[in-house]
Amino acid sequence: MKFKSVFDIIGPVMIGPSSSHTAGAARIGRVARDLFGRQPEWAKVHLYGSFAETYKGHSTDVAIIGGLLDYDTFDERIKTSFEEAKNAGMSFEFIPETGHVDHPNTARIVIGDAKSEMSMMGISIGGGKIEITELNGFPLRLSGNHPAILVVHEDRSGCIANVANCLYKYDINIGHMEVSRKEKGHMALMVIEVDQNVDKEVMDELRKLPNITQVTRIAD
Amino acid sequence: MEALFRNVRELVERAEKEEKLISEIMIEQEMLMTDRSREDIMIQMDHNLTIMEEAVEKGLKGVHSVSGLTGGDAVLLQAYREKGNTLSGDLLIDAVSKAVATNEVNAAMGTICATPTAGSAGVVPGTLFAVQNKLNPTREQMIRYLFTAGAFGFVVANNASISGAAGGCQAEVGSAAGMASAAIIEMAGGTPQQCSEAFAITMKNMLGLVCDPVAGLVEVPCVKRNAMGAANAVVAADMALAGVTSRIPCDEVIGAMFEIGQSMPSALRETAKGGLAATPTGKWLESKIFGGAVVGSGQ
Repeated sequence: MKFKSVFDIIGPVMIGPSSSHTAGAARIGRVARDLFGRQPEWAKVHLYGSFAETYKGHSTDVAIIGGLLDYDTFDERIKTSFEEAKNAGMSFEFIPETGHVDHPNTARIVIGDAKSEMSMMGISIGGGKIEITELNGFPLRLSGNHPAILVVHEDRSGCIANVANCLYKYDINIGHMEVSRKEKGHMALMVIEVDQNVDKEVMDELRKLPNITQVTRIAD
Repeated sequence: MEALFRNVRELVERAEKEEKLISEIMIEQEMLMTDRSREDIMIQMDHNLTIMEEAVEKGLKGVHSVSGLTGGDAVLLQAYREKGNTLSGDLLIDAVSKAVATNEVNAAMGTICATPTAGSAGVVPGTLFAVQNKLNPTREQMIRYLFTAGAFGFVVANNASISGAAGGCQAEVGSAAGMASAAIIEMAGGTPQQCSEAFAITMKNMLGLVCDPVAGLVEVPCVKRNAMGAANAVVAADMALAGVTSRIPCDEVIGAMFEIGQSMPSALRETAKGGLAATPTGKWLESKIFGGAVVGSGQ
């Protein structure tokens, strides 16, 4: 089931005017920031489909920037997020695209700073609900509704078992898991949705496992 | 986690068998699926109810959107209502004005609670606060109104769609109206089956509703569609309470709504390329708001 909670239907509490174009957009921006792990210095936001057609009138642009500044859907500062971004030292640009995408409300957010950059694609599926469909070229399906751990690793045997064992040790239940790789033997990605937030201690232990490149988490 | 219900039939059957309200089944399912306490869930819904009250209050004072396309109609409607000789009756115009108030606040980038979406956020609170004056519910009954509405919306979202881009306005204001109608029944003391009949009657009369926002904005015709969604919900609730039933079962109506949404051309699904958005005045308003060549004749 796509919608699990009554608050997906009676909610979110949000700044108008559109749950898909404003609240969903804010959530996509916020997940991107979560995945990046810190305030980005710059953002390039590619908009597709209905997002590209109507983003100005729906405040999709200010909502995505608000999300990148870590604002929730109901944060009044969404309305003035362009100024807030300037104050936070984040530059940004919006690029409406004409290319075909599977979902009418799609955004690709490329963010970065002096240290690294990241690309993420998100879709807004209605009522403020979103899914993350791609991360740094890896296809994935992430609802953003549950805490999740993302593990970038070398494609070697035992990697997945080690991560699962570590989570088992801390009694963390895996709700959904996807594994993908770009090419056999090279870089791979594990996306693990879990039932509770994961402590720093667990994250540190995961990082120490062999062949693990990067571990990030998305809090609930 | 297995849901307690996946469609309206299962929802009604469970409520009847366990002799519980629809709202209670929804609360129990929420506890089960999200592993949260009843208290937590009730507090969050209470908060959402407060947001709705504040939005109506703000809208009734008069708000205007940045584009200038919408605003001020809720004030007109309340003033008209207060004169005391409305044609369609006090409760109906009250519901309509409060639905409009909420959606005018939404269009003006105010704070609202999506029910099930922002574009359709007026119907559920509009009907709730109008019916409140008639039935004098407790705070808990008002919170339950939102759970009952949510239970039906949950079925639509999972078996059809609540997105205008996917299924037209029938999926947004249509769903909202059906949800409101079912919730009115429970508050008025009707049975779970009557909730289902009210939803079906309402949804049937919102089928085929296109999403054709002028200039792509959630303003014209959205605000007035919320008004009519609220009116539709109240009338259908009265019909169901009178004992009128839907010949087509509720779940099949929801299925039909999904089918219709799938076969709607994309011009009529929130792209602002058809319907009212494509009229000469619609195009003229679009160019007036966003600049560019004036393609319509306009006013």
